Amino acid sequence: MRPTGRADTESLYFDYPHFEAPTDRGGLEARAPVAIVGAGPIGMTAALALARQGVPSVLFDAKSTFNDGSRAICVARQSYNIFESIGAIAPFLRKSLPWTKGRSFYRGQQILEFEMPDSGQEKFRPMYNIQQQYIEQYLWQAVASQSLIETRWQSEIINVADCDGGASLTIRDPMATYEMKADWVLAADGARSPVRKLRGLSLKGENYEGRYVIADIQMDHDYPTIRRALFDPDCRRGGTILIHKQPDNIWRIDYQLRDGEDEAAAISEDNVRASVAAVLQEIGHNGPWELEWWSIYSANTLALDDYRDGRIFFIGDSAHIVPIFGVRGLNNGLADAHNIAWKLARVIQGRAVESLLDSYSPERRGATLDVFANASKSARFMTPPTPGWQLMRDAALNLALSHPFAGQLANPRQMTPYTYAQSPIVAEDDPAFSGGPVPGASLPGAQMGRGFLMDQLGAGFTLLTFDPSLAKDFSSNDLTIVLLDMNSSAAEMLAAGPRTAYLIRPDLHIAARWFNAASGEVRRAYEISAGSVAP
Amino acid sequence: MNTDDIEAVYDHLAKSLDTVGVENHPVLLAKLALLLARDVGDVELVFSRIDEAKANIGR
Ligand SMILES: Cc1cc2nc3c(=O)[nH]c(=O)nc-3n(C[C@H](O)[C@H](O)[C@H](O)COP(=O)(O)OP(=O)(O)OC[C@H]3O[C@@H](n4cnc5c(N)ncnc54)[C@H](O)[C@@H]3O)c2cc1C
Repeated sequence: MRPTGRADTESLYFDYPHFEAPTDRGGLEARAPVAIVGAGPIGMTAALALARQGVPSVLFDAKSTFNDGSRAICVARQSYNIFESIGAIAPFLRKSLPWTKGRSFYRGQQILEFEMPDSGQEKFRPMYNIQQQYIEQYLWQAVASQSLIETRWQSEIINVADCDGGASLTIRDPMATYEMKADWVLAADGARSPVRKLRGLSLKGENYEGRYVIADIQMDHDYPTIRRALFDPDCRRGGTILIHKQPDNIWRIDYQLRDGEDEAAAISEDNVRASVAAVLQEIGHNGPWELEWWSIYSANTLALDDYRDGRIFFIGDSAHIVPIFGVRGLNNGLADAHNIAWKLARVIQGRAVESLLDSYSPERRGATLDVFANASKSARFMTPPTPGWQLMRDAALNLALSHPFAGQLANPRQMTPYTYAQSPIVAEDDPAFSGGPVPGASLPGAQMGRGFLMDQLGAGFTLLTFDPSLAKDFSSNDLTIVLLDMNSSAAEMLAAGPRTAYLIRPDLHIAARWFNAASGEVRRAYEISAGSVAP
Repeated sequence: MNTDDIEAVYDHLAKSLDTVGVENHPVLLAKLALLLARDVGDVELVFSRIDEAKANIGR
């Protein structure tokens, strides 16, 4: 929502573009290998990740511009790795605000300062703040310059039916309604996913009690990019407030409604202004400010039982909805897109058996359930659901005033990357290791020369090895080989010996590792993980 | 801890509860539980003490 007199996309700092429906009407019905429904951040990322693997796609969106409002603003390191691998990172680094620190306050007194793990070994910082419309704009710039992606704006998918070896889509745009077949469909059509409904599927899970208003304001306010959480503040007794800095002098104020507070009244412009003014007084801002945009949400943990339905894969919010204070909604969806893209590409190119695709749902749904577990923890702390949780939360906060250990209970722990544990294409760990990242984990960073280990990885699978003869054995393969030195940061990070090897997937997760690698077992693991043979 | 010690704790806690007012009893006791749990340092033991405390409530 925006203040009276301003249209939905009339922002204080962002010019929304206007996209026309396809004007060239020839070939609209031609069959495509992949149709992507929804050009939100997840659909665009999927299209770019497919293009990176050489696979063309047609990308549809019902709207004529980006999503309105700044919505998701916290983007995690893992997502920056993804943006880098799809060639979209440069403008993000110029615009976004990196951060590592959070502070929590109880009744005005600081009870916790936490620091997210970071080091010079990592190319990107643990978290960046940037408004979602910039995220969409920067992804769009990459999409628009990618010839393998055909985007059709103002094109709404109104039906999806199964057909021989694919799906048949019915598309409605301002000029016509037409049909198009695709071998595969990625449903990136958001939380209300029409595709999900057309397929008769529904999200399952829990809804939490708390309701929050998120309001973005513009002001000159001198405070570093640090996440602030105010528990039980004077301006909102019993409630919780989050404050984040964004580019362009925009600040996000996220505040909890009281039990029984009327939702319609709470989101009226006057009430939002009054609530924001009270928060600003609490944090000592006396200067002018302008209201940019606001919205309301409640915390849900909802997901599809299976992210696949025949030839259709659900990615992003269409597959799962997570509470936004876990800052995983967008980040989780980007990882979905990255995960399915390389698998689908290999199948489409005839390089992998179709069963490779069976690993998508367990891997990504597992990640979502992990997000749920964390988010439920945060939700219970931010919005205690019962008197028991309420008492313990209040006791912890009160105790934290004098005992820092209790303040740790207020640490949101937002940056634990997920390890694909129950995956059919991730190998068992080699017990000979003592340390280092396990199979299924996302590859941590390591400095290498003037750059980073990540810069050496290929678009496909990469074999990291310390053993020149192993490197030679695979030189004719389509693997990217990175021969590492035992005296390197990478060796230390990988807890490597002279014959150690790690097999890295295109989505930067570790497929397998061996302390003393032999060619035969490496080849076998590669065949399974890359899908040349069924597991 | 002998009976005298326990009695001293009993007295001290009763007096402390009376100084904070009845509406603050739960939060004081919950804070105390967290502090003592940390001193005990044994999660299983703390769990079983919680379960023992739960027994017979409301009888
Ligand atoms: C008000 C609000 C505030 C939020 N705040 C946060 C936050 O603070 N932090 C956070 O992490 N996340 C937040 N989120 C969630 C975050 O915005 C989403 O996780 C993210 O946008 C998901 O991206 P997506 O591409 O899956 O879906 P969306 O961004 O919803 O994109 C879906 C796209 O599909 C298109 N579409 C839908 N149906 C059709 C159809 N039939 N045919 C063609 N196209 C179609 C839509 O036009 C849209 O462009 C917020 C969401 C909302 C709505």
